[in-house]
Amino acid sequence: MNFDYSDDQKMLKDEARKFLAARCDAKVVRSVLDDDAKHYDEALWKSVAEQGWLGAAIPEEYGGLGLGHIELCAIAEELGRACAPIPFASTVYFVAEALLLYGSPDQKSKWLPKIAAGEVIGAFATSEGKGPVTARTLKTTVVNNRITGAKIPVTDGNIGNLLIVLAKEGLYLVEGPVNSEVLTTLDPTRPAARVTFENIHAERLGDEDGLTAMQTVFDRAAVLLAFEQLGGADKCLEMAKEYALSRYAFGRQIAGYQAIKHKLADIYVKNEIARSNAYYGAWALNVGAAELPLAAATARVAASDAFWFASKENIQTHGGIGFTWEADPQLYYRRSRQLSLVAGAPATWRERLVSQLETRNAA
Amino acid sequence: MDFEDSPHEAAYRATARDWLATNVAEHKAPSHADDMAAARSWQARKAAAGYAQITWPKEWGGGGGTPIEGVIFGQEEAKHPVQYGYFSIGLGMCVPTVMAFANDDTKQRFVGPALRGEEIWSQLFSEPAGGSDVAAIRTRAIRDGDDWVVNGQKVWTSGAHYSDFGIVLVRTNPDVPKHKGLTMFWLDLRSPGIEIRPIHQMSGGSNFNEVYFTDVRIPDSQRLGDVDSGWKVALVTLMNERLAIGGGGGAGPADILRAARELDGADGPLIKDSAFRQRLADWHVQTEGLRNTRMRTMTALSRGQTPGPESSIGKIIAANQLQDIGNAAVEAEDQYGIINDPALLPLKGLFQSAVMNAPGLRIAGGTDEILKNIIAERVLGLPGEIRVDKDDAFKDLPVGR
Repeated sequence: MNFDYSDDQKMLKDEARKFLAARCDAKVVRSVLDDDAKHYDEALWKSVAEQGWLGAAIPEEYGGLGLGHIELCAIAEELGRACAPIPFASTVYFVAEALLLYGSPDQKSKWLPKIAAGEVIGAFATSEGKGPVTARTLKTTVVNNRITGAKIPVTDGNIGNLLIVLAKEGLYLVEGPVNSEVLTTLDPTRPAARVTFENIHAERLGDEDGLTAMQTVFDRAAVLLAFEQLGGADKCLEMAKEYALSRYAFGRQIAGYQAIKHKLADIYVKNEIARSNAYYGAWALNVGAAELPLAAATARVAASDAFWFASKENIQTHGGIGFTWEADPQLYYRRSRQLSLVAGAPATWRERLVSQLETRNAA
Repeated sequence: MDFEDSPHEAAYRATARDWLATNVAEHKAPSHADDMAAARSWQARKAAAGYAQITWPKEWGGGGGTPIEGVIFGQEEAKHPVQYGYFSIGLGMCVPTVMAFANDDTKQRFVGPALRGEEIWSQLFSEPAGGSDVAAIRTRAIRDGDDWVVNGQKVWTSGAHYSDFGIVLVRTNPDVPKHKGLTMFWLDLRSPGIEIRPIHQMSGGSNFNEVYFTDVRIPDSQRLGDVDSGWKVALVTLMNERLAIGGGGGAGPADILRAARELDGADGPLIKDSAFRQRLADWHVQTEGLRNTRMRTMTALSRGQTPGPESSIGKIIAANQLQDIGNAAVEAEDQYGIINDPALLPLKGLFQSAVMNAPGLRIAGGTDEILKNIIAERVLGLPGEIRVDKDDAFKDLPVGR
């Protein structure tokens, strides 16, 4: 029994935290938020690639570090804490994971080394409109390896040059550039686009049913996203605590008022529940456990709940200043919305969680 | 991150499992007419095998084991329908305090019988005026030769009506601030002048008592720690209390999932109701979160770390969830939910009993509010509550109802 990061993993995590503290402060996040023409921080992306993080869980034969998913989780936690404005999640949690799961040897050899080196940016295109993606709403089709359809929103779809697209027939690889139009979103530091395909070349990825394959990729991404959410939620608690200790009202630190103390204790409790469930998800992901779908759903619901609560109550703790553009709580509030929705909404995951419970109990 | 037992842990679990299988089977004797007799016999059996207090040193009759081994045995024991609740306060809180502060003769006299379930201990701290303010103790002890004469009242004393001994915190000096005038003693609960009255709880049960002291004489030789230093002794007991009180028991997500298949919702079985399913998911997330938090605690224990006040989250979540789940199931029964007769209800009234017991769980061993203060102050490092009574003599403190 060891339910924590190992010493080596802790060292990696500490290094990641120091590295990001130096390279990705709030100014870097704001440089993307404040500039409509800038969709990610290229310098940060490049240095993250140099650290080898993009290939942390990619086997060495494909140019990765061949570590494991727990190491990738540790990195994700720190990226979330730093609110990193780079397309790491799209490229690594969705596209690299999909290639590892479903890619042919040729597809893996062609793409994974480029992902590990930071030479391609990935995007995972599934949504076509409001509500969860279902067989009923899915319109995109592929005929003779030519794809036609429109996806909205596609996170990093405007900067991605390797897309994995869900079509009625299955998952398909599409090389960019693609026809895209940037959207106004809740979190411009993780941009999204409308992407349209008109009879474009597409390459089949695996032979699984498309919606099943999408869900399998989502299960893996959900665990990794949960660590980003956890890192973000922890950062919100820290920000709220520091502010409450430094702010005086009615002659004393607001951190001494029980209303504030209990609010921060509530954030702490949700964060710890999220952390414990994320660890279980990491274990299930790392060993390929049969309970991954249930563990992933549990981790995702807990992390989405924790980050949303922490990010909104962080603003509340800051009072009026917290609602200004200049204050940083908004960065995490925005990111909490992006992360909670990008692999499907918490309500959809709660439903998946209960379905898994029913299946387990029936067995 | 690894959920599997280490080879050593797996071996320990296998041994414990085998021992339990054999001994539970032999234990099921028809001679155990009542609960208490069965519990005592099971406790004696465990003590003989070194399973009564696994982390205690062998010289005191313990198992000489690690905290992880204690948890593993607990997990395996919980799979069997055996009784051991009667001894948890004594072995978890009182006897460790006696072991820390009493002389060797006293320890020799009491540790063994407690371990074997022959004698049961109670903890007498809370008072009508106390509640969360444990140090606001008014029960007075006045020195008279070699004895102390005690007058006053304790309340919420779990199990006092079947206990043999207790540790009691009393005021020996009202002229100094409240934490500085307390002293701890052990005592025989059958001493003259003690009257124990069970309290009838809102749930219908009677687990707690009021204990009245009228000129009760306690020899000074039964003092634990120095005169007026009882608060320091009490903190040792309270620290052990936080470890001992978990969530545990009552209706959980698995029970309401089972019930939801049978219960009708507006459009068919409750389990098909999407609003209900969303709530069920959140309960599962909480329960799993606590289970996995315990795994993290075990990991910390196995590395020689002491679990800190962060374990307070367990009780906050478990007690509130019990109230929520109980109420959700009762409301799902619609008009029928008013009934509280086990014979007429799903799962023998488990949910109604959850509704009626949850308020007590949210208070016992620290209220939700106190536990949140503990997290805020000791985990997050936020300022302590303003205490206007800190420097005043106890006798000068204002008294309300």
